Amino acid sequence: MAAVTKSRRPTLAVWKFASCDGCQLQLLNCEDELIPLSGAVEIAYFPEATRAVVEGPYDVSLVEGSITTPEDLERIQQVREMSGRLITIGACATTGGIQALRNFADVAEFRSVVYAHPEYVSTLERSTGIAEHVRVDFELRGCPIDKNQLLEVLAAELQGRRPRVATHSVCVECKARGNVCVTIAHGTPCLGPVTQAGCGALCPTFARGCYGCFGPQDSPNTASMAQVLSRHGMDEPQIVRLYRTFHAAAEAFREESERHEAPAGTPRRTS
Amino acid sequence: MTHRLTDGGRVLRVGSLARVEGEGAMHISYRDGEVEDVQLRIYEPPRFYEAFLRGRSYTEPPDITARICGICPVAYQTSACWAVEQACGVTVSDEVREMRRLLYCGEWIESHALHVFLLHAPDFLGYDGAIEMAADHPDVVQRGLRLKKAGNELMTVVGGRSVHPVNVRVGGFYRWPDAARMRGLLPVLEGALADAVATVSLVAGFDVPDFEQPYEYLSLRAETGYPIEAGTVVTSLGNDFAVEEFPERIVEHHVAHSNALHATVSWDDAPYVVGPLARYALNSDRLSPTAKEAAAAAGLGDECRNPFRSIVVRAVELVEALSESIRIIEGWRGDAPSYVEVPPRAGVGCGASEAPRGVLFHRYALDRSGLITDARIVPPTSQNQAAVEADLRTMAADWADLDDHALQHVCEQAIRNYDPCISCATHFLDLTVDRA
Repeated sequence: MAAVTKSRRPTLAVWKFASCDGCQLQLLNCEDELIPLSGAVEIAYFPEATRAVVEGPYDVSLVEGSITTPEDLERIQQVREMSGRLITIGACATTGGIQALRNFADVAEFRSVVYAHPEYVSTLERSTGIAEHVRVDFELRGCPIDKNQLLEVLAAELQGRRPRVATHSVCVECKARGNVCVTIAHGTPCLGPVTQAGCGALCPTFARGCYGCFGPQDSPNTASMAQVLSRHGMDEPQIVRLYRTFHAAAEAFREESERHEAPAGTPRRTS
Repeated sequence: MTHRLTDGGRVLRVGSLARVEGEGAMHISYRDGEVEDVQLRIYEPPRFYEAFLRGRSYTEPPDITARICGICPVAYQTSACWAVEQACGVTVSDEVREMRRLLYCGEWIESHALHVFLLHAPDFLGYDGAIEMAADHPDVVQRGLRLKKAGNELMTVVGGRSVHPVNVRVGGFYRWPDAARMRGLLPVLEGALADAVATVSLVAGFDVPDFEQPYEYLSLRAETGYPIEAGTVVTSLGNDFAVEEFPERIVEHHVAHSNALHATVSWDDAPYVVGPLARYALNSDRLSPTAKEAAAAAGLGDECRNPFRSIVVRAVELVEALSESIRIIEGWRGDAPSYVEVPPRAGVGCGASEAPRGVLFHRYALDRSGLITDARIVPPTSQNQAAVEADLRTMAADWADLDDHALQHVCEQAIRNYDPCISCATHFLDLTVDRA
């Protein structure tokens, strides 16, 4: 870790790989905190917000997006080398994001569906999170990340402490909000029990089941969860799709989705 | 960065274009003082949405396609809902349509405030970015942040959160937003409306280059009101068509220098333009009285053909979106159910809405059980790409005498006129100038 001296503001860099820009937008969405924040840290590299570039190395790097191209495999190594602390932000940077659905398919065929000249497009077989390639100091979850959690992580960096980010399930947040359980009360399938908190139990608050956009919580019982989903009317293909969306490549979700897939060659049940 | 060529020409390269959403590069080559070639190269990595949507359920496109763009997720959610509902033969209630418009107004306010104040205004006031601008113009930046926050608050109340809202479903909304919380937003929105009107007069005073573009404008037009969440397609040359005809009338081409597809209209090879300039030219009669007054005071007239003044039109659209939000909340009853049931069936459906950057088209084919067999998405930035290149070609010829630094700056500004969203289009920019 690069020493952050007290005599100057630490420098912050924001990097983008394959992503929707929504997580770095959360930094600009801190409308009340953005100007004070720019007094506490030097925003040294953030192309979505400013043309000004302060040369690295940087004390803290925020990395958004997943690794999907040969060029980005090299670029993430360079970002690691010039960063004191490297924090990933969002589902793409953590587990490869929605674009990791390619990991379960034939990329050459995918490319030909979208592009008339697939030979013009350079891409890897798999979309992967940042920690598969370089050392990551902290992973902030969410699709998108929560801006209050982002501010907590930045405050913790400035104070040299560990961020207070819970790794328990969404269920705890539902209880804290006083929500009625959507599964028990209404039979609505919900991934809340196996999903990490951080959103404030948004989906159940809006009378829908959680769809897992913060990824697996620290000890998810995905098999038991699948039985509950099944009991509430989800067939096998639906369970596969629910586990295989925004954190399709997260180990716990991937393995459970594979358990519910029909073996190759057997006819699949449709839904 | 300038490279002198051994034959006396030169090449200018810029690492990446700043203050746009996504990643891309620009290449300009001069030979004997004449512009030889202009290319926008989008190197944002492809994510293959249209491919992995196949085999997913008809209920999933609103949540999945929202992830194409963190700045305009509601546009994706809305176009996706219209398309799936059409495929399933379902019409939603007036209340659902009105709530879609309200949520969409929140996205216009958030996205336009971001672009006008944080991305575009620093070009006109001479700063690298809004944070640098805040030191000399704190009131301007604070006004922009207040507007942005108002849009995000509206989206949070209606949709649960501003990036990838959770409350949108095929058929409507999971739950109507809390009526008291919506009414509680009215003082914030009234304050933001005053901020938006002040923004129109601020940006109307910015110095802009003398430049007019001749392109065909294309936007939606609705039965009533300014086009936001829905409408049919109209153009400035009268080549109007129904949304279902989009795939035949708009042709996408894959060019070697870009990971985004270029779109042209089927009846002409010339570029066409979508977004605020097109919407305004084709629908200024539909603006609310407050927005009309602000446009008139800014000297906009019936249409605006200078892309550098798109910032003025965006500010007028901020006024419109705020006026509409207030109107919808004040008249909200919420008597109808928050959604209609949408049973699956085999079919094809199309949907379009006005993303902050222009028309966004979706088309889905479904099988009997509601699984997606084919998906097609045409985002606004790929439709504008030919016009951006054409603008740059004209400007690069007029501005061949500028030094590299000044040329790069005006070219970047010309690109930002379109508020390009590269994440969307790749589904954008280094600058290379080659002078020989």
